Amino acid sequence: MSARTAIELANVTKIYRRYGGRQFATLKSALLNRSIIRDLNPAASFAAVNDLSFAVPAGTTFGVMGRNGSGKSTALKLVAGITKPTTGTVSVQGRISALIELGAGFHPEISGRENVFINGIMLGFTKREIAKRFDAIVEFAEMEDFIDAPVKTYSSGMYMRLGFAVAIHVDPDVLLVDEVLAVGDEGFTHKCLDKFAEFKRRGRTILLVTHSLDLIERFCDEAIWLDAGEKKAEGDPTRVVGTYLASVEQAEEEHLAASDAKAQKAVADAPETAAEDVPAQESAEVEAASESPHDMFQANEGRWGSREVEITGVELCGPDGTPAHVFQSGEPMSIKLRVAAKETVEDYVFGIGLFNVEGVCCYGTNTSLEEYESDRFFGEGEVRFIIAGLDLVPGTYKLDVAAHKKDGYQYDYHRLLYTFRVKSRLHDAGIYRPRHAWSFSGAVAMTKTERAAADEAAEDDNASTE
Amino acid sequence: MLHNLRQLPRYRALIQTLVVRELKARYRGSVLGYLWSFINPLLLLLIYSFVFTIVIPNRDPLAQPYALFMFCGILPWTWFSASLSEASNSLIANGNLIKKVLFPAEVLPIVSVLANMVHFFLGLPILAAFLIWYQRPIDAVQLLWFPVVVFVQLLFTTGLALILAALTVHFRDIKDILSNLLTLWFFATPIIYTWMMMREYIGYLNLNPFTHLAISYQEILFFDGPFGHWKWLIAIGVMSVALCLAGYWLFDRLRDSYAEVV
Repeated sequence: MSARTAIELANVTKIYRRYGGRQFATLKSALLNRSIIRDLNPAASFAAVNDLSFAVPAGTTFGVMGRNGSGKSTALKLVAGITKPTTGTVSVQGRISALIELGAGFHPEISGRENVFINGIMLGFTKREIAKRFDAIVEFAEMEDFIDAPVKTYSSGMYMRLGFAVAIHVDPDVLLVDEVLAVGDEGFTHKCLDKFAEFKRRGRTILLVTHSLDLIERFCDEAIWLDAGEKKAEGDPTRVVGTYLASVEQAEEEHLAASDAKAQKAVADAPETAAEDVPAQESAEVEAASESPHDMFQANEGRWGSREVEITGVELCGPDGTPAHVFQSGEPMSIKLRVAAKETVEDYVFGIGLFNVEGVCCYGTNTSLEEYESDRFFGEGEVRFIIAGLDLVPGTYKLDVAAHKKDGYQYDYHRLLYTFRVKSRLHDAGIYRPRHAWSFSGAVAMTKTERAAADEAAEDDNASTE
Repeated sequence: MLHNLRQLPRYRALIQTLVVRELKARYRGSVLGYLWSFINPLLLLLIYSFVFTIVIPNRDPLAQPYALFMFCGILPWTWFSASLSEASNSLIANGNLIKKVLFPAEVLPIVSVLANMVHFFLGLPILAAFLIWYQRPIDAVQLLWFPVVVFVQLLFTTGLALILAALTVHFRDIKDILSNLLTLWFFATPIIYTWMMMREYIGYLNLNPFTHLAISYQEILFFDGPFGHWKWLIAIGVMSVALCLAGYWLFDRLRDSYAEVV
């Protein structure tokens, strides 16, 4: 890797107007006041990229990640020279090809062949240079049969493939890629990745903007994470991805907590209803909660019941006992119900139900099914449902909690009011992840990938530091 | 600005390709294809001839045969007005090029002007055929002025096209008002009447740059006698160079805003 810098951004800020439409108040200001954007009051403008500096050494693959609207694409456009920074400097060494929008500038009425030539000329080629590469472009795009048809007859995949093929055959020193790998089918995506790998081998610089953290970890030598136009982390991709994921998790946690708080408030405001008022169908569901999940499709979230026994609060707690909404698959979780009886009751059952987003009941049980006898209850108390390992596949889950009589008469039923998310590094399928291990013997040669091994090591590290 | 202006010749290949694309795309899918470039001016001529020789006859003795007189003015006017309407919309219509690709935006209005110039050239054989049909005496020396007039018109149109393209991005209203302005401008130019008919308003007519272009075309191709309008033509030529530079300056000054506003 040479020490030469291919791309350098120094204190780059890009300010956009907040509202669309008229850019200039008057024609005079349009003509005389080029710095108008800089003079705007802060309320009418926002910084898509704020004081961003980074340098990409020549020959490296550099990843840029971040949420939607974090300024990734703006940064890319600044590097490409499509927009100019409001302040700061951008310098790029060598010929750039930007895969920002594939096939931008294709004219629908004329043939793919002619469009390839025109596109190539737009990218700075001469006709002869394109003619030399033409066959390779068509072959790469897998378009041999359609190259003479007008571009308007192409499927979107064909269009993108051809655009990609032209851009990649420009043979740039610096390749800017914005989230374009989603263009083709699996096969084509692999081909694109191979092409990137070839670029890398030949010592070219790639700036890759993507949401695919996987790609960043696999491909990039270095990465940065942008959030709200600012650099949050920079350096080793695995580390940056880790930091990013942690923050995403936290944001999700906050989001879920907020929506839970909203649900709780709605619950607190819900009027008491006598059990008899509850539609027959719904009260039947409660009884059947553990056996017949289909009926559960019907009921919407809500709360009902006569409230002789009331569930006054629900908390999901993680392994350290603090309330949380995002859990790692396999880690312990407990569901805490704060309950109160306004009058003395003897016949009462507590139940819980876990549902995934499709409404499938993943698990349901209650104290009666598990052969607990109820005795006199008056006043307040806490009920805990302790799960040793949350062996669910990653996804979003909703929770039902209920207090009712053995015969189904409902004291307090909270339907799908609590949401939590299960996270995992693995993306396995189904609902339930049994504790498992693989074992191989004989001639089967199977080892963990480097990445998995590294992850496990990192996890061990974390565990030991905690 | 000068730096960017110096880059312009490097875009020759790009401009040429885009002009060809424009022409190819325009008639793609139509049965008659390129023939439309001939048929369109011909139909235009037929309509105007019908209106001004039969419906409301123009009996100006200086403008006979009337169809030929009018054609000398309408052909360059069509180039001019079509260029301006297309150029004013060119940046918006090609928004994806400006927003997503590193692309020299000034190429777009220039391509609009040049593509319409090609249409103008394709109309010339029809004009020539009419000239021969009516057996007009054409002075070869005068004909040498013809390319000069075309060149002046090219500069004039390009200057305006750059200004309109740049401003329309910010003031979309221009697109709507422009077609009306062009209609007004058409009637304010001695194309369907001779300037001699409007002698008492000649002061106003002279303020209109296109008047001098139209008169130049008419003197070279239609009227008898020597080409006496050359002084005006040179003046307009000088003005057009200035307009082109001013247009480019404006276009260049607003350049950074296109990608954001388009």
